[in-house]
Amino acid sequence: MATTIDNTRECALNPSPQDKKAKTNSRGWAIYRQALADAFVKLNPRWMLRNPVMFVTEVGSTLTTGLWIQALSGHGEAKTSFIGGIALWLWLCVLFANFSEALAEGRGKAQAAALRRTRQDTKAKKLSEPKYGTPFELIPSGELLEGDFFLVECGDTIPSDGETVEGVASVDESAVTGESAPVIRESGGDRSAVTGGTRLLSDWLVIRVTAAPGHGFLERMIALVEGAKRQKTPNEIALNILLAAFTIVFLTVCVTLLPYSIYSVNASHQGSPITVTVLIALLVCLIPTTIGGLLPAIGIAGMDRLIRRNVIALSGRAVEAAGDVDVLLLDKTGTITLGNRQAVNFIPVGGASEQELALAAQMSSLADETPEGRSIVVLAKEKFGLRGESENVANKDLRFIPFSAQTRMSGVDTPSVSIRKGASDSIIEYVQERRKNIPDDLNSAVDAIARSGGTPLVVVRDGDILGVIHLKDIVKGGIKERFSQMRKMGIKTIMITGDNPLTATAIAAEAGVDDFLAQATPETKLKLIRDYQTGGRLVGMTGDGTNDAPALAQADVAVAMHTGTQPAREAANMIDLDSNPTKLIEIVEIGKQLLMTRGALTTFSIANDVSKYFAIIPAAFATTYPALDALNIMHLATPQSAVLSAVIFNALIIMALVPLALRGVAYKPMGADKLFRNNLLVYGLGGLAAPFIGIKAIDMLLVALHLV
Amino acid sequence: MNPGDYLQIIIYIGALLLLVKPLGSYMAKVFQGERNVLSRAIGPLERFVYRISGIRSDEEMSWKTYAMAMMLFTLAGLVSLYAIERLQAILPLNPQNLGAVNPDLAFNTSTSFNTNTNWQSYGGETTMSYLTQMAGLMVHQFLSAAVGIAVLLALIRGFARHSVKTIGNFWVDATRAVLYVLIPLSLILAILLVSQGVVQTFSGPKTADLLQSTLDANGQVVTRQTIATGPAAAMVAIKQLGTNGGGFFNVNSAHPFENPTPFSNFLEMLAILVIPAALCYTFGKMAGDTRQGWLILGVMTVIFVAMVSVCIWSEQSGNPALAKLGVDQTASSIQSGGNMEGKEVRFGSVNSALWAVATTSASNGSVNSMHDSFTTIGGLIPMWMMQLGEVVYGGAGSGLYGMLAFVIIAVFIAGLMIGRTPEYLGKKIEAFEMKMASLMVLIPVLLVLFGTALAVTLTAGKTAVFNPGPHGFSEVLYAFSSTGNNNGSAFAGLGTNTFFYNIALATAMLFARYWLAVPALAIAGSLAQKKSVPVSSGTLPTHTPLFGGWLIGVIAIVGALSFFPALSLGPIAERLMMR
Repeated sequence: MATTIDNTRECALNPSPQDKKAKTNSRGWAIYRQALADAFVKLNPRWMLRNPVMFVTEVGSTLTTGLWIQALSGHGEAKTSFIGGIALWLWLCVLFANFSEALAEGRGKAQAAALRRTRQDTKAKKLSEPKYGTPFELIPSGELLEGDFFLVECGDTIPSDGETVEGVASVDESAVTGESAPVIRESGGDRSAVTGGTRLLSDWLVIRVTAAPGHGFLERMIALVEGAKRQKTPNEIALNILLAAFTIVFLTVCVTLLPYSIYSVNASHQGSPITVTVLIALLVCLIPTTIGGLLPAIGIAGMDRLIRRNVIALSGRAVEAAGDVDVLLLDKTGTITLGNRQAVNFIPVGGASEQELALAAQMSSLADETPEGRSIVVLAKEKFGLRGESENVANKDLRFIPFSAQTRMSGVDTPSVSIRKGASDSIIEYVQERRKNIPDDLNSAVDAIARSGGTPLVVVRDGDILGVIHLKDIVKGGIKERFSQMRKMGIKTIMITGDNPLTATAIAAEAGVDDFLAQATPETKLKLIRDYQTGGRLVGMTGDGTNDAPALAQADVAVAMHTGTQPAREAANMIDLDSNPTKLIEIVEIGKQLLMTRGALTTFSIANDVSKYFAIIPAAFATTYPALDALNIMHLATPQSAVLSAVIFNALIIMALVPLALRGVAYKPMGADKLFRNNLLVYGLGGLAAPFIGIKAIDMLLVALHLV
Repeated sequence: MNPGDYLQIIIYIGALLLLVKPLGSYMAKVFQGERNVLSRAIGPLERFVYRISGIRSDEEMSWKTYAMAMMLFTLAGLVSLYAIERLQAILPLNPQNLGAVNPDLAFNTSTSFNTNTNWQSYGGETTMSYLTQMAGLMVHQFLSAAVGIAVLLALIRGFARHSVKTIGNFWVDATRAVLYVLIPLSLILAILLVSQGVVQTFSGPKTADLLQSTLDANGQVVTRQTIATGPAAAMVAIKQLGTNGGGFFNVNSAHPFENPTPFSNFLEMLAILVIPAALCYTFGKMAGDTRQGWLILGVMTVIFVAMVSVCIWSEQSGNPALAKLGVDQTASSIQSGGNMEGKEVRFGSVNSALWAVATTSASNGSVNSMHDSFTTIGGLIPMWMMQLGEVVYGGAGSGLYGMLAFVIIAVFIAGLMIGRTPEYLGKKIEAFEMKMASLMVLIPVLLVLFGTALAVTLTAGKTAVFNPGPHGFSEVLYAFSSTGNNNGSAFAGLGTNTFFYNIALATAMLFARYWLAVPALAIAGSLAQKKSVPVSSGTLPTHTPLFGGWLIGVIAIVGALSFFPALSLGPIAERLMMR
């Protein structure tokens, strides 16, 4: 069957299938209720086994519950209420940890659900050959294969990821990016990639399948935000090893304490051996439950922070590597400078007046819709109040010459005058062809502009050179401060530009980057990255074009713009849905924050143990060596209240730190030494002191409530 | 304390620190195969050793080959030493006609000397022939120290090199350690000791008539005394320098023939720490950043001085039980004061406490006083010094590689805290290094705690305990702390020459030595393959006092958290009950 298509039509759209509000819906009580339910589901030992610290806690909880049941039957090793209290708080400790993980997952799950709704089962219009207008066959999108061609028309949902081979269309990508403004997709160039699940708002496209449905970007994204495929990152693995080692040490300490206690009872002929309940309580208090319980939540929340900034990390490894990046390659255009250059000055040469030059420049730029052209018109208006538009544009005698790659100039012809503007070498050629003179002061004017990092545009009227327009790259506000912060963090910034070295030097100096690569080509970029990597550095870069793909694949942290080409997106390990090149800097900070949160809570967790010894040891041996009560420096009321207070504190601290785990430790760019000192003070000394206060407070409360 | 006591401590630590740089840079030259002052004298001998043993000195080894060489060398040593002990009755140089050492003691002793522990369940002069002492035990005092140094060298190369698979040649490292470092230093020390009156002779024991007759255990009148002598000076020198500790005589350096004068005492104390301390500088030099070496030395010294201060304070305070009886234990011009039980009058309580802390900090284990008789806190300090993992100075080589495991853990947590994959000396610390470093910290803790638990549970373990209450528990805990960290000193009061203790303690020594040495080599191999990350302001500086403080914190916290419950049932309970 064949169809005919009106290729200019804006189509009437059905209501958008996806709920754009879904993302914001993820907050609210539903997420907490879900997390609470999940906390219980996660008690499944097979799930708990992934986390050795919390698994040990769960085993301890189960054992004390058994002891409690034994006590209920009248054969308890201690008071029933005491064992029951310990068992209850141990279970709460496990549940709190599970809750934190479920809560962190919740946000991603909500977003995944929203994404999933967009992925309706569409039909694909499969083309037999890659050409618009050929007949198509309607097949379920699931049957598309990589390399197939299909047609999408206005209002259709694109069935799979692909590359546009023919046509131009506006596409609603809000399902993926959350950005409601439509984007243009066209064949060739850097805007050819389309994503499955997005919708055509106009026209048509012929698309080649690059990823079979079900394995496309959207599916990967759903899996990622859901955390289903979350693998432990290298540092997380290393930290888990350390935590496991601590757990083994404390397990040994507690297991051997029983024989020590029995021996001591026999040797001193008094008291009774330490109870299993107290041993388990001591064990759970000592093993690093705070960090162990919150570790999964920290990792998930880190990914989530990226997602909220509209960055999709294709691997957790990349997020961690971002924290380690010590060289950043940044494209000049769009990252360091505003995307376009602006006219800042007219420099007349050869005796022409500035006003004369401004007038000619303005006339030649009236039809020039580029930002540069518009800025020339604006500058002329600002400087001399020239308003060419109203009188001249209407004038039908004006004939505008657009910029072309051959002549490398643009301009305007009127019946009376012919004006051209362009790069100095092409204008000089143009003038010499007309056998006119080159003013002596032209060269110095052009050089001065180039040296200052600007672009000179020479203006010529009827073969006479009038002067030079100074076009300037506008460095983004605040970027210099950003770079100096980076330097403090130990990150070297390198500007990548196609400009000549002279221009690059000036802009690099103005923006405050550490180094630059001028006249960059894909090869030189790749070489630069390799050189840095050989020197042991980790390189981060952003890119969007196909010619960035090799460098992106080589870089350790590679952020592709969502608007970029398919090869660029495939080579990268992160995709920025906002297509904002400055985002890389934020990604680095998120990566650092992720590691810092883990480190800080580890320190806190281990430092906590000191106080727990002072609470539990005197209590545990109170009957054998009453003299050990001298170690009860917190003056806890009774041995039972001491043990119970320590266990309660241990559980509550997990809950108290959930917000910190989800939000991450505050990060301000500063030198490593200072950062270390600050965090050590807060989490090291804080970790030593906090439980002394907390356990004492809980003990007082227990006594006040007559619970012990 | 008398003013002279303070001066002695200052002179001791000052002399030690002064020796670090010259000896450390000499060793760096030796181990990197550079020309040094002894090249001309020892070079030919070194090359001769390589030639007759078929060592190709330019051949480099991967960590696995290196570990294999070390283990084969160890096995050969264990077997040969065991054989000598069992066969000593029919071998020459046995003027006392001593019989064969029984099997479990022979196993315990050969393990003990092989692992640089020198735990002695025997009295030297009444058990071991001169041949066993010299060709057996003393040879191992050289070799075990050399093996420890070799493992350290491999680890240092792991940090210093990048993108290579090899970490040096075990045979070359061990040979150089013996020829250039241990033999020359021992020679100098032995001669100095002989000048002070330490004996060195092959003639048998002497007898003397007693001025006043006495009664023996059976009530028989004794009028003659047998005075043991022997080739002691040579062995004393290497037992101190090689952090071995196994003395010639039963009472070790409390014996007047092993340690006759205050000057010999000073030299022997200095010898305990000089090589481990100087190796810190060697490490900095070879790793290309001497500041790192100084930092580690600083950390060790701070912990050492703190512990020495507590120990001396406790010993100087004297015995509270005696104080109640009105005994004057204060220091004055006529007595050194303090708790003098089990101490030699010629050393006094200050030098005894100083020695006790030095010997337990350095995995040496030689003694000049009886640790069992120390005050409760005074006895707790040496025990805790061992429980810290023998990393404060520690054994020759083994102390620093143990310390580097702690550094790796400290760097890891600190690195996370500043938001970067942790790195030390430009090498990224990742999962594999953490696994191995965790093992190195974990193993001694497990050995000590489980060993003690076993001993206080089994009848065979409990019957050997001579003292009641917490003190008896301390004695068992001390024995396993000593062997589980390859120290070798004993708390006494525990009859350890039994089948159970000989086997249990030997097992602890073997694991403590090789389950640490092999992971250290594995780290070396893994690090050597990595790229070196250049330093930037984002790199955590590991030569600052801040990092030093953090490292001390990590060591102390791990040590305290692992042993606080056990210690509270031993010396801490004893102390609190005395109040």
